[in-house]
Amino acid sequence: MGASITVEYVKKALPSGLIKWSSIGLIVGLALVIFSATMDMQRLAFSSLLGYMFVMSIAMGALFFIALDHITGSIWSTPFRRIAEILTNAIWLAPIMAAPILYNIFLEMGGHGMFDMYHWTHDAVVAADPFLSQKAPYLNESSFIFRTVLIWVLMIIFKFILVGNSYKQDKTFNHKTNKVNAAFSAIFMAVFAVSITLTAIDFMMSLEPHWFSTIFGIYYFAGTFACIVAMITLIAVNFNEKGLMIEGINKDHYYSLGGWMFAFTTFWMYIAFSQFMLIWYANIPEETFWYMPRMEGTWAYLSIALIFIKFLVPFGLSIQRPSKTNPKRLKLVAMWIIGAHIYDIWWVSYPTYSHLKETHSPFFGWQELGFVLFAISAVFFVFAIAAKNKNIVPIGDAKMERAINFHL
Amino acid sequence: MIKENLYAISALFDTPDSIMKAADNISTEYKRFDVNTPYPVHGMDDAMKLTPSRIGYFTISIGLFCMSFMLYFMYWSNSVDYPQVIGGKPFFAFPAYVPIMFEITILTGAVLSVAMMISVLFKFPNNAHPLHDSGYMKAVSSDKYGIYVEAKDSNFDYSKLEKQFKELGASSVSPIYYDEEEVDWKPNTWDPKFVIGTIGIAILTSFSVYMHMNKVLFMVPFDWMMNQERADYGETSEFFADGYSMRVAPVGTIARGFIPYQYDSPDSASKYMTNPTVASEHNLELGQRKFLTYCSPCHGNMAEGASRLKGNMPPGPDLRTEFYQNFTDGRFYHTITKGKGIMAGYESQITREERWAIINYIRTLQKAFGTPVVKTEEEIAENSETKTEASE
Repeated sequence: MGASITVEYVKKALPSGLIKWSSIGLIVGLALVIFSATMDMQRLAFSSLLGYMFVMSIAMGALFFIALDHITGSIWSTPFRRIAEILTNAIWLAPIMAAPILYNIFLEMGGHGMFDMYHWTHDAVVAADPFLSQKAPYLNESSFIFRTVLIWVLMIIFKFILVGNSYKQDKTFNHKTNKVNAAFSAIFMAVFAVSITLTAIDFMMSLEPHWFSTIFGIYYFAGTFACIVAMITLIAVNFNEKGLMIEGINKDHYYSLGGWMFAFTTFWMYIAFSQFMLIWYANIPEETFWYMPRMEGTWAYLSIALIFIKFLVPFGLSIQRPSKTNPKRLKLVAMWIIGAHIYDIWWVSYPTYSHLKETHSPFFGWQELGFVLFAISAVFFVFAIAAKNKNIVPIGDAKMERAINFHL
Repeated sequence: MIKENLYAISALFDTPDSIMKAADNISTEYKRFDVNTPYPVHGMDDAMKLTPSRIGYFTISIGLFCMSFMLYFMYWSNSVDYPQVIGGKPFFAFPAYVPIMFEITILTGAVLSVAMMISVLFKFPNNAHPLHDSGYMKAVSSDKYGIYVEAKDSNFDYSKLEKQFKELGASSVSPIYYDEEEVDWKPNTWDPKFVIGTIGIAILTSFSVYMHMNKVLFMVPFDWMMNQERADYGETSEFFADGYSMRVAPVGTIARGFIPYQYDSPDSASKYMTNPTVASEHNLELGQRKFLTYCSPCHGNMAEGASRLKGNMPPGPDLRTEFYQNFTDGRFYHTITKGKGIMAGYESQITREERWAIINYIRTLQKAFGTPVVKTEEEIAENSETKTEASE
């Protein structure tokens, strides 16, 4: 089998702005995070939820993108797979992002939590609530921490297998690696489906432990995949304009990236609306109470804004065919979708914070902005560090030659 | 003898790469050409230098137009024409409409785009094309890649094109002819094959619909909608202790929107009820309409007591006389509701609002035609006092 160089690629230095701006963002963000930690740990934990869910979206979504590329044998996505592979390093950030939440849950095991966040962590409440006592075998502090750490470990293992093989392939040019990776990708798909569902349920859905929604894992997944494709698009388009990518990336590759963003913007709305409509129609108090605070007062406007931010604007911006091949439009849509995903996480989790504060008004201040800035900068920073000595495209991949000649 | 005209020159190629090269080459010089391949060849749009299709704009416009129509239709049928409370949802239940709007957008967008293509571009019902039944079409629908340039093209030159195709590596080059008769051919509606086929389909459809609706639906696995685990009215219940399947409503329950009539005598109605409506133009029109429908057969069109019943029933009294002018609105209301003497009660026919409107209308007739009631000064004073009290 052909173990030979099939494509020409010259590694170029990363743009200097990337590391500069991401480290500035990281320092400013970290300062804000530390400052908010000294003021209000509870609010820090809630804002760290935004950072954690975003980072998990990037890390798990990137692995999913890689596995999808291997398992389907896609041609167009191969040049962008390396960007996803480098982005999987975001998994190292997950423990940092989750630290305030996990620390509090760890303290709750001894019955002395620093602040109130997850209702089910209070033993007295659980004992008095038949609902929560039924759920207690799943929803308790130790199993929560166990699951979280297990998911990290699984992700790291698959990161080493899938990404490590791909790095090796850059030197060996061994085409058999593709087959090995495809086999591991198939296993990963099953692991991923469970992991992302449990992440969504544990961290976001259990904020309201009485609530039921079987579609919630897919809801988070829809946002996740839109977010990771947007992230890859943002980096790939920028790099390609600076000539860091390989020769041969054309508008058909762009079209495919834009098509994914468009598709998953729509898919998110489909899932979000399905969840809403079924709950609205069945009208069962155990389910509707989740939507009630989101449809009152300021939250009602923010919920309507969610439809615009997460669906109508990116949908309108990328529905036309030329807009999916226009690099300027792609970058705009990509940044918009990343922001919209964080807004979505905020919309899901923050009504609980308002509830704990016994108010109906939403909370969004420098604490949240600081943590989001910290998380985004950290992802870019980790990306820049990891990408320093790596090729930006998987040059050893068997599909590369066909990939750069890709046409729709 | 069929007169044959040159339609196009066609060339067949063996590989997708060679057809790409050919399309790229031909598209620089010619406009009226097309490529036929057994499967979609990636990158062909660029090679043929096709501009992006604008069909999307057509599809989305027609889809959105039909969607708005559907939204209006659902609004009209569910909240204007026949409002019904379903599952405690509002009449205009937007979330429930969204899936229908979504489906309608896609369905009409897709179906009408195809219908437009067939009718406008393919000139339906014409179904003939010079390429049909040619060796070229047979080859490109199995394993060859074909390109042809129409003779209508302004740069068309047979020998030059033949040379050009050969240079590009065509495995065969051939002309395509057509006869006018064939292209102008129109299907005959009374063609026996078509007629028999249509009748056959009609019979088959009718038969299967009949079997489905009358037989299949009553067979055992398919009758699950009809035979349900539920009690029918009048059935004896084994579940409830009193044996009734139909449950009795709790004491004091009334139907939605129903307000019981609580007066049992004209005097109490007269004493406790006042007319809540204002004799507006709209109100009087309603009163007139209802009066002419329900009251006029006995009381006459102008409440003059001239019956149209021609002796089959005793005529109703003249409602404009002083006796009736002194009736309070409440007393009138009670009479309309419960009847009086031979007059039947109209509780179930005339709604509450309509009863008051009729009374307003009768008052108008009394003022227009009735004998003026001479009131004493004391009565006038008393009236104005009650009015000022009311206004206070």
